[in-house]
Amino acid sequence: MRVEEFLIANGAARPTKTALVTERVRLRYDELDDLASRLAAALAANGVGRGDRVLVFMDNCWEAAVSIFAVLKAGAVFSPINASTKADKLAYLIGDCEPAAILTQAKLMPVVSRARSLSSRPLFIASTPAPSGLVPQDAASFEDCLATAPVPVGHGGADTDLAMLIYTSGSTGRPKGVMMTHRNVDAAAESITSYLRNSADDVILNVLPLAFDYGLYQLLMAVRLGATLVLEKSFAFPQAIFERIRAEQVTGFPLVPTMAALILQMRDLAPGFLPSLRYVSNTAAALPPVHIARLRELFPGVRLYSMYGLTECKRCTYLPPEELDRRPGSVGIAIPATEALVLDDAGNRVPPGVAGELVIRGPHVMQGYWRNEAATRQMLRPGPPPWGRQLHTGDLFRTDEEGFLYFVGRKDDIIKTRGEKVAPKEVEAVLHAHPGIAEAVVTGMPDPILGHAIAALVVRSDEALSERDIVRHCAMHLEDFMVPKLIAFHNELPKTETGKVSRRLAAEVLGAAR
Amino acid sequence: MTDAIQEAVEAFIIENFLFGDTTQAIAGMDSLIENGIVDSTGVLELVAFIEDRYGIAVADADIVPANLDSVARITAFIASRSAALAAA
Repeated sequence: MRVEEFLIANGAARPTKTALVTERVRLRYDELDDLASRLAAALAANGVGRGDRVLVFMDNCWEAAVSIFAVLKAGAVFSPINASTKADKLAYLIGDCEPAAILTQAKLMPVVSRARSLSSRPLFIASTPAPSGLVPQDAASFEDCLATAPVPVGHGGADTDLAMLIYTSGSTGRPKGVMMTHRNVDAAAESITSYLRNSADDVILNVLPLAFDYGLYQLLMAVRLGATLVLEKSFAFPQAIFERIRAEQVTGFPLVPTMAALILQMRDLAPGFLPSLRYVSNTAAALPPVHIARLRELFPGVRLYSMYGLTECKRCTYLPPEELDRRPGSVGIAIPATEALVLDDAGNRVPPGVAGELVIRGPHVMQGYWRNEAATRQMLRPGPPPWGRQLHTGDLFRTDEEGFLYFVGRKDDIIKTRGEKVAPKEVEAVLHAHPGIAEAVVTGMPDPILGHAIAALVVRSDEALSERDIVRHCAMHLEDFMVPKLIAFHNELPKTETGKVSRRLAAEVLGAAR
Repeated sequence: MTDAIQEAVEAFIIENFLFGDTTQAIAGMDSLIENGIVDSTGVLELVAFIEDRYGIAVADADIVPANLDSVARITAFIASRSAALAAA
């Protein structure tokens, strides 16, 4: 089944049911379906064809939800881009996937314009209006597109076509586009909604970016189920989110550990303060067992799901909530209809208690990285039929005697901060681009709220350069979560005996500098 | 008095969230969240600034967009709480 059929089916079966709630706009299923059809027709009329890529460069707004389904209805492939992406990276992404169109918001047009000037391919760009009502120059009007007649686009696409490209960071520092077909999405959504026991009666609140697969799937799963999605932009004001949860009678609340840490810091919350909740989920990084215990106190009777996954297969494991008492540190078992194995370097299963690499098999595994054979071969290796390929996650895991899985660590240098992956090399590349910096190395420092905070050890060529100058430089070229929180200056970078810069030694120096 | 508060708030935001970059103008009414100037950990820093600089106790229930999501709103919040403190 193709993903836009989730929307079409519910547009027909439950037309007046609320599909999407945002601060100012509520859309019923029939309205969401109709708007997506209109935008799809506009995309097709402007040159977007089957298999073409379309970037959806927006924050969490109803227009982004419409855009995602519109791109699919046009037979094309959507790629959701984090709204804090800066021009250089956007230009890289445009060069990498050669989109036929970009759908964006007025406030982000300056970034799009700068990125475009760094490349020169023909692109259809549509933007939402500014608060003034004016559409930015160099962009078509998103609102006009929504007035297009909703004639179905005869794209001829199958469910084996690509549905989306999700860009993810890897340790080489260059983002890679994870390719997922319609079938991949349907299989992952089916598996996840089954262990979460989701139904059309669920009301799911999502504050996570739609550019992040955890946030994106809240939309995709809600629409597949015929449930209601409450879409928020940020967890900066938790009280406002709690009020939203109460007002909309939210049943499902996906979290990342940073959000849990912020909630647990609040002083005036009483247990049961969100009585409508049925479940809370966590992924992106481990919830400390102490936080799990405190969350269970605040949310009595609410099912808490600890989970683990990676963009390359959407999700790998979940812990059945009944197991939380016995093994709060575990991320559980393979999600339904998939396999999760811990293997040694020779590909053999390791015994309980021994660390090995987590390897995943199932219908949720990606097709590969967009136009990057070498990186794909690293992650997807031959596996047993009928799937034929298995995903080597690059994460170290162990099992206990009953086969429950525990995350041990990364095989590479990726830092998880605020639930987001950051490649130290990507931050180092930006630092090295500053004329006043001779050398820099980036590591993650443990942080009670962020999980890990990005820290940089810098050797200056210009002694007048301040920490603030460096942070400002980084903020101009990197997404907000990648900007270093701590900067220390040194005369040289610590190296190993072989002369290689050592991240581990740098971490020690930075730890002492705090 | 509110002018002094507004200047202090603007200076804090420019220093801590824009890292001294004064080219990005923040109008008094601009939403700090919508414009990506402040995120969830940034709000906590803002609250700490208000508590430390003005001696105002900020309850969890005060941490809402109506009080904190623009320079104008932050200034008004500080002014009204300071007046209440002075009157007490």
